[in-house]
Amino acid sequence: MAVLLIAEHNNKELRPFTLNAAAAASQIDSDVHAVIIGQNTAEAAKQLSGLSVVKKVLSVEAAHYENFTAENFAPVIVKLAENYSHIICSANTFGKNLMPRIAAYLDTSQVSDIIKVISPDTFLRPIYAGNAFATIKSNDNKKCVTIRPTSFDPCESTGGSASIEKVEASEEFSNTKFVKREEIKSDRPELGTARIVVSGGRGMQSGDNFKLITEIADKLGAAIGASRAAVDAGYISNDHQVGQTGKVVVPDLYIAIGISGAIQHLAGMKESKVIVAINKDGEAPIFSVADYGLEADLFEAIPQFMEELNKLNTIQK
Amino acid sequence: MKILVAVKRVIDYNVQIRVKEDGSGIVTDNVKMSTNPPDDNAIEEAVKIKEAGKATEVVAITVGEEKAQETVRKALAVGADRGIHVKVDGILEPLAVSKILQKIVDKEKPDLVFMGKQAIDDDCNQTGQMLSALLNWPQATFASKIDVKDNKLEVTREIDEGLETIEINVPAIVTCDLRLNEPRYASLPNIMKAKKKPIEEILASDLGVDISSRIEQLKVEEPPKRKAGIKVANVAELVQKLKNEAKVI
Repeated sequence: MAVLLIAEHNNKELRPFTLNAAAAASQIDSDVHAVIIGQNTAEAAKQLSGLSVVKKVLSVEAAHYENFTAENFAPVIVKLAENYSHIICSANTFGKNLMPRIAAYLDTSQVSDIIKVISPDTFLRPIYAGNAFATIKSNDNKKCVTIRPTSFDPCESTGGSASIEKVEASEEFSNTKFVKREEIKSDRPELGTARIVVSGGRGMQSGDNFKLITEIADKLGAAIGASRAAVDAGYISNDHQVGQTGKVVVPDLYIAIGISGAIQHLAGMKESKVIVAINKDGEAPIFSVADYGLEADLFEAIPQFMEELNKLNTIQK
Repeated sequence: MKILVAVKRVIDYNVQIRVKEDGSGIVTDNVKMSTNPPDDNAIEEAVKIKEAGKATEVVAITVGEEKAQETVRKALAVGADRGIHVKVDGILEPLAVSKILQKIVDKEKPDLVFMGKQAIDDDCNQTGQMLSALLNWPQATFASKIDVKDNKLEVTREIDEGLETIEINVPAIVTCDLRLNEPRYASLPNIMKAKKKPIEEILASDLGVDISSRIEQLKVEEPPKRKAGIKVANVAELVQKLKNEAKVI
């Protein structure tokens, strides 16, 4: 039986992590079908049909799918699920919101946030904020699995030539109404996929001081992250939060500035390839995961850091 | 309006957990336990809504072993009116918990069910959404703001791209983010008073739901350790290392 991937998109185009989820799906079974649910999604559906691992695309369009409401999405997928062994989606807020609703309708115990496919029924997943890894085997006939996108390399965006089949829409769920979405637009790379992330914590002391982080990020072509403490204090918006209840990032370089390193924060960044910590408290737990630690007052260190970067002839982008 | 709030007992968020040597799980003996942090936000929000005169009763419920009752008692100490403890041994999967909660909802008929968006032990993030499906109710997950308007709620949700606002009709499920509010501490007199508030005990086995395990935990292990890093003396050295040793800038 084939596996069904739920595509994540913004109606116009696929969101990048759909490619990572597709790659994970193809490790479970080479016969990957993908469903795209939305409104006016022709372009995104075409993109999906071109993914190297996707064999067939199912397209469901209706006005009430425009805002990705789980209550509207779940019935369509539950109906399609009949023909599939696995339902797969990214474990970001879209998938986290949607998949359990599907799993409950299917009477399936969901497997959340896997970081490795061991076999079609056995998976590795982090628990306790990544402080332990559990190997688990699902004994349900139908498996609902969300995957941690940063743990899987994306599949090729081209090379596929899947057919696109229309599927009939389900009825609208009338008790949930979308009101608005406030997306923070930025020219910087996306936090989840950036090669470099510069993050600030409570040590930044104010939202204004985050300008120092912004300058470094601009210089390095980096995304901006933050600890929960910095978001709670109102220094920066929630979409920047890295950690157990925020985003998980795995950049080539993670620079933690004024972040003490609570286990909840480490959960979101400790798989980064190279970690730099700048903190004036030499005992801060962030230093236990840092490849390069600098014990210094960040308000002196950041301007110097900027100066040193300016001296470099080239900076990788 | 009546609000049912589900709370879970977990290892305290400040504890550095240890993996059992035989790989069968996590050490929980003699480890500090607490209420799952976002469940505290769920209780706080329900109590605030009641204090604002928009709810008549707040009922706290937990599903778990004997000691899980502590979390209900704590909820009573910060303002919940009464408690329910569904007793069960062992670890239940979110699907099983949501089936138990469904039975309780059928009996209690709350207008709203609140709970934390995720438990910090298994990090599943499933129970609220599953309960919504079983009841076919609307779900507002990852809530960072709730406005109660007659028989509707306007909820702001934290999503990867920023914030989303939805309007849901009651009855509904809300799963709470840590930023929803600042949970209060229980005062000593309130802790004493909470001891007199009723907690109904129900055996999970009496509810007639299938709570069998569908997932086998084959092994629990420590994640690979990062190799120890170095401290650099100054910013110049840091930049030189990043450029020439790590080759990342």
